[in-house]
Amino acid sequence: MDDAARSSQAMGLISLFRHLWKDPLGLLGMVILLFLSFLALAAPLLAPYSVGAQDLSQRFAAPTTLHPLGLDELGRDIFSRLMFGARISLFLSCVVVSFSVLVGLTIGAVAGFAGGWMDDLVMRGIDILMAFPGILLAISLVAVLGPGMGNLVLVLCLIGWVGYARLTRAQILRAREMEYVLSARAAGARPERILLFHLIPNISGPIIIQATVGMAGVILAEAGLSFLGLGLPPPSPSWGSMLRSGSQHLFDAPHLIVYPGVAIMLAVLSFNFLGDSIRDWLDPKQQSLEPGGG
Amino acid sequence: MLPVLLGVCTLVFALIHLIPGDPVQVMLGEGATAADLADLRARLGLDQPLLDQYSHFLSHLFMGDLGISFRYREPVRELVFDRYPATILLAGTSMLLACLIAFPVGVFAAVHRGKFGDRIATTLSLLGLSLPGFWIGPILILIFSVRLDWFPVSGMEEPGAVVLPSIALGTALAAILTRMVRASLAEEISSPYCMAAAARGLGSWEVVWRHSLKNALIPVVTVLGLQAGVLLTGAVITETVFGWPGLGRLTIQAIETRDYPLVQGCILMIALTYLLVNLMTDLAYALLDPRIRYG
Repeated sequence: MDDAARSSQAMGLISLFRHLWKDPLGLLGMVILLFLSFLALAAPLLAPYSVGAQDLSQRFAAPTTLHPLGLDELGRDIFSRLMFGARISLFLSCVVVSFSVLVGLTIGAVAGFAGGWMDDLVMRGIDILMAFPGILLAISLVAVLGPGMGNLVLVLCLIGWVGYARLTRAQILRAREMEYVLSARAAGARPERILLFHLIPNISGPIIIQATVGMAGVILAEAGLSFLGLGLPPPSPSWGSMLRSGSQHLFDAPHLIVYPGVAIMLAVLSFNFLGDSIRDWLDPKQQSLEPGGG
Repeated sequence: MLPVLLGVCTLVFALIHLIPGDPVQVMLGEGATAADLADLRARLGLDQPLLDQYSHFLSHLFMGDLGISFRYREPVRELVFDRYPATILLAGTSMLLACLIAFPVGVFAAVHRGKFGDRIATTLSLLGLSLPGFWIGPILILIFSVRLDWFPVSGMEEPGAVVLPSIALGTALAAILTRMVRASLAEEISSPYCMAAAARGLGSWEVVWRHSLKNALIPVVTVLGLQAGVLLTGAVITETVFGWPGLGRLTIQAIETRDYPLVQGCILMIALTYLLVNLMTDLAYALLDPRIRYG
């Protein structure tokens, strides 16, 4: 990467932070996300109790100063478990979205750029996968493969790449006839160079937006699958698993479901706020039309 | 449509047959003898070559035969069709509720673009998008069933039982539609033909009702069609929360008991409904925009 490209990237980041600073919802999303990331990273150091520490005499205890969010059905500290749960949710969303973007971007870019039979083949495959509701496919696959972190990542990546591939292909089709691509071709640039250094950097905006919102989708999907007993098995402190066990004691100890739900909502909300704000930043023309715009 | 339909059927078949692991072993448990395993495998046709099993699956599917449920010992088709109306009722009321909220709020936000009311509507819609149905459900039960005793906790026997599941399932859709109606209508209002209508003296509400709304509805219908399918899958979770006797709950029960023919039948039914709704969405475009017929 040359100095000009590095400087342009730095300017882009500064411009994004300036935009976030002026956009209250975007800033709020950023703050919530940083807070959750801090809790997740610092959990082993800052969590008041270890993830499995039990006090059976205090089962279902309401919040106190020692246990700010109370104790669960096995006498475990809910606040500590939520901190460790943040590690699972954020780690899973980062891994799944990274793999999905990588696979989707590669397949979509090659299909869109090559065209012809390769494009047809990829698009028919995508049509079939898109005809299958994503979460239903995830439920079916996890049901057959079995619950667990590895299978969960695999399944969420299997259903996640499709949207990125479709978006990338559409963006490549739009961009490949543009003048900067034609001039690169005329200058003798090889197809892989045009794709990697000209097209992909120029179509990355919509993919970044989709990836940001996709993080929220992964958190919801993981929590939903765990809620159904198809995600991470106990005693994992996944937020969805906490909701599942809490819902079995809904009438006796409602605090067991309130806090994990709030954690999921905050994480999803932060990504949605950020995604909205980044979209406004990347496409100022839409700012006046899309929600949140002036 | 037909290749996609065949692809979906193939995917459902592959889900059950190509994944590692032996369903017969799972069904009979670790204590089963080799003779028991071989006997059940032969009875289910699982000892046949995979291609034969696939052609058998497709030919029976073509005749509407989805097999026999391991758990209920009844034809899967009957079990699925028994539960199907409950799921359609839930998805339908959720969609109706979402539309009743989204259209007025979205139109209001678009007309008052950038003002305080718009910002509130926008923020609330993002909040609605972030509320997981499997969390709203128990919270609604706590407030409206346990504390206030307005609605039943679960089931669909009592009148009004559909209200809470519909709210839990429809909240995210209401949020998505509100954003879509607002964005689409705001774009139409900014178009030259609407500005010309306003310049001729039409009030802002008149411009919306007489000119912009119908054009703004086209992308909204697309989203509505796509989200109808999402509602059907969302129903899997919502029905579990509310003990709603629909296809979604049946799917989860079938998964829990490893009733593979029933899992296959339920998934296929939901996927086919999803495809059908997408087809109906395409047809609805032509009604809203006659130009599409000649396109």
